[in-house]
Parts: sequence; structure tokens; C-alpha cells
Amino acid sequence: MQLTNRSKIVSNKKMTLVEKIYLPAVLSGMSITVKHLFKKPATIDYPKKTREMAVIFRGQHVLKRDENGAERCTACGLCAVACPAEAITMTAAERKPGEEKLYREEKYAAVYEINMLRCIFCGLCEEACPKEAIFLTDKTVPSTFERDEFLYGKSILTEPLNSTVDVSKRQTKDTLEFKKDPHFAHNILFDPTKPSKKSTKH
Amino acid sequence: MLAFIIYKFILVLIVFLISLGIAAYSTYGERKIAAFLQDRMGPSKAGPYGLLQPIADGVKMFMKEEIIPDVSNKWLFILGPCIAMFTACMTGVVIPWGRPLIIGGETYALQITDINIGILYVFGVVSMGVYGIMIGGWASNNKYSLLGAIRASAQMISYEVAMGMSIIALVMTTGTISLSEIAAQQDHGMWNVIKQPLGFLIFITCAFAECNRAPFDLPECETELVGGYHTEYSSMKLGFYLFAEYINMFISSAVISTLYFGGYNMPFINELGLANNVLSILGVVFLFAKIIFFIFFFMWIRWTLPRFRYDQLMDLGWKKLIPLSIFNILLTGAIMIAKDLL
Ligand code: SF4
Ligand code: SF4
Repeated sequence: MQLTNRSKIVSNKKMTLVEKIYLPAVLSGMSITVKHLFKKPATIDYPKKTREMAVIFRGQHVLKRDENGAERCTACGLCAVACPAEAITMTAAERKPGEEKLYREEKYAAVYEINMLRCIFCGLCEEACPKEAIFLTDKTVPSTFERDEFLYGKSILTEPLNSTVDVSKRQTKDTLEFKKDPHFAHNILFDPTKPSKKSTKH
Repeated sequence: MLAFIIYKFILVLIVFLISLGIAAYSTYGERKIAAFLQDRMGPSKAGPYGLLQPIADGVKMFMKEEIIPDVSNKWLFILGPCIAMFTACMTGVVIPWGRPLIIGGETYALQITDINIGILYVFGVVSMGVYGIMIGGWASNNKYSLLGAIRASAQMISYEVAMGMSIIALVMTTGTISLSEIAAQQDHGMWNVIKQPLGFLIFITCAFAECNRAPFDLPECETELVGGYHTEYSSMKLGFYLFAEYINMFISSAVISTLYFGGYNMPFINELGLANNVLSILGVVFLFAKIIFFIFFFMWIRWTLPRFRYDQLMDLGWKKLIPLSIFNILLTGAIMIAKDLL
């Protein structure tokens, strides 16, 4: 039975005299290889040079802080809902008085984990986030030997306090525009540019 | 007499060092050419353009742990690579590197020893090389090694026949088996490759097989035999085997250049009327240029052709090359008689 029509009948035909001499085939092969001698190498001198990444390359995530150093994420869970690979889990907690410097919103993610083995780097979490809190960067996720080391928590994901991670390439005008689009219900509920006054219903 | 001995000693030393140097840099060249032919960059980390790579490799080989398997025959196990290396280095003595230098009325031949049976000597030494592989492979007491060694010896013995026959045709046209005379004849006349194109093709094919180079590298084909005869070898003993292969390649290139491509001759150089000593220095340069081209040719072939299957290899050797070389002998004889009659 034939499932596809792609199978080929192998021909075991006898070689012709020209083929038996091998030389024409050898010479044509050599002319092909010698042409490659003068081609530019396809590889690069890796550790010294690195390939340029596309500006929209989607690599390891970062949880952004705002200009005062407070975490932007409000643990709304929209990223987790949007994630097709179900890679994101989080536990929400309420901000205590005096923690305003640490957390921008009244509710924050006490635990925020992305399983990098599940993540497919689609960027939908970034698209879903109403608080401009999560972004994908051009950093590649390093490999390790243990599976549990790929469970990235806040300690890895959160932007370091003393240095900002530049996401301006991904946070273009169009994406900001998109986030204000009233077609999407959550865009009305959240205004990413302003901290919310009181906790919103969702 | 003493001067003669010192002169020969220096010459031996130079040829030995050059063989080693060229072999070392062939390993680098091999990797670079492989890389270029495959659109890669090749070794580039050790020194500028990776030029110190052979030294790094050598140091690595020396530092590696030396393992002699318990079940092996220790003496033969050590003897194997020694023979391989020794025979590889020995062939270089009969090759005329240039025309004789004349200094102060004395002639200094740029050839270590001008024995009048040069070609036979080369054959004798080369066929001894198979013992290095055979003994090493057998003494390892490993099935892969043994199979590799058997393949190597079968291959080398089969191809030696065709190689010898292609040389017979050459000897018929030159009328001598001394390498220096063959080189001198070509210096004054045509290169032998024009007289013996078929013989040259047979010879170079057999040279590939004798050196165990691709596409005839069955004795050490990784897909079937792990490492072939040197599976059990490590450290510098493995280095010796690998190194011997490159020296063999260098020597075969030198023999091919001398036998078929005019040795130290370059067309029209004799008409320029240069001084003898300048000519001989230039001759050495030309010879080395030819040798380097043939080494490149060996590598070029290696990175172009896939490996033959074992039965195809034997088929090619016994059923094609040997009849072809016999035909070549007959053809040469017929042409010689025809020339005499006309
Ligand atoms: S990039 Fe895609 S798969 Fe990865 S966490 Fe975000 S939404 Fe999930
Ligand atoms: S969508 Fe944004 S704000 Fe909401 S939980 Fe995810 S990262 Fe935090």
C-alpha cells in the first residue's frame, strides 16, 4: 500500500562506461569543491565576533522596574493566561504600607516563575501585559544540566536595581498604541502609563 | 672523506627536519583546506591565523595519558608506530631535491644517496610500511584494530601491483630506474607525464591507496571500524601513526613530482642562461612548489570524494587498474617499436 506518492523506485542500473571510469565525476566534484575555496566562510570567529541579532529577537524575559525602581508587575495574571505554553505561574500578594518604593501597584507578584523549558518565546506575555512589566530581551537562555534550573524566578527575571535593561526596541510606538486599543477590554481597565489609584476589578 | 660524511649528515638532518616540518604543517593545512572547502574558517585561535596549531597539537599529543592495553603484546604494540614512522622517514633519502651544486670545483649532489635502483628502493621501503600498520593492529588485541590492519595490508598489497606495473611503463620510456637520472632526463626533455598520462593516473590513484588517504581510507574509516588499526593507540604513539601518514603524503608528492612532473625542472628555465648554482636553488624551490601542490591535491581529493566500499576498492584495484596498467605497458611497448620502425 502506498500512503504518499513521494516514494521513489531505486534504480539499480548498471553504470555506464563513463561512470565506471569515475574520472569525469571526480573532476566535476573537484571543480565544485575548489569553487568553495574562494567563497566567504559562512561561519564567524565566534567568541571574538557575535552575530547581529534582529531587533525584535525574542530571548530571555525581564521583569521591568519603573523609573523609581519599583516593580511594575501587578500580578494580574494576564500574561499567564495569554501564554500558549503555560509557562508562567505566579502568586499574588498585597502591598503593605511602606513598601511603595518596592512595588508600584497595590498588588504585586510575590512569586513569579517562568519555566524556560516550556516557554516557546512567542512574546504573547509581553503583548498581554497591561503594565509594561514583562519584556523579552536579546539575551539567550543559557543551557544547564538540571531541569529545575530552568525554572526562572524573580531573582533572575527582575531587572537589576542598578542597571536598566533596554527594551526600547521592543516597546515601539505601535505596541504602545496597541495597548491603548479599546477593542481589548483590559486596555480600558488599565492604563499602563499611570499607576492605578485603587485596586481595579477584573 | 670527513667532509663528505659531514655534508651528508647535514643533508640528512635537513631533509629529516623538512619532512617533519612539512608534515606538521600539512596537518594545519589539511584542517584549513577542509574548512575553506566547506565554507568554514578552520583553526584560528593558536597564533595569527592559527599558525601555531601544529605546535599546540604536538604538545597535546605529548601530554595525553599513555595507555598500553593489558592484553596487548607490549613490544609489538610499541614497535608498530616506530616502524610506521621509520619507514615514512626513510623514503626521502633517494629523492633528488635539486641539481648538484658546484662550489669551488666540487660537486655537491642535493640528494642524500644516489643509488641506481632508486625506484626499487622506494617500493621496498613503502611496502615495509605496511608492517607498521599490521603489527600495530595485530598487537592491539582488538577486533577493530585487527580488521583495520587486515584491510590496510590487503589494500596496500593490491595497489602495489598496479603501482609497480605503471612504473614499469615509465621505466621502459626512461630506460633507467635511478631517480636522479629520471629527474635529469626530464630536466633536458619532456616531462614524463606527457609521455605517460595513463601511467600517471594509475600511479597517483595507487599513491592515494598506499597512503591510506580518502577516498581509500578504509583502514581507519570511523563509521565501520572506530579508528581502524590505531583504535587502541593514544598519546604520542597515535601521533606517530597520524604523523607518518602526513610524511608519507609528503614523500609520495615528492616521488610523483620527480617521476612525472619534472622533479626540480621548470619549463624554459634552462634557456635563461642562469648560473648553475642559482639554477639548483631555484630547482629546489620549484620542486617544493610542486610538492606543495600535490599535497594540496591530496587534501582536495579527500574533501571532495566519499569513501569507496571495500569491494569497490578491491574491484578497482584488481579488475580495473591492473588490466589498465598492463594495457599501458603494451601500449608503451607498441609506441616504442613503432618509433624504431619509422
Ligand atoms: S514568551 Fe510566550 S511561551 Fe514564553 S512565557 Fe511568554 S507567552 Fe509564554
Ligand atoms: S501581565 Fe504584566 S502585570 Fe500582569 S502578571 Fe503578567 S507581568 Fe505582571
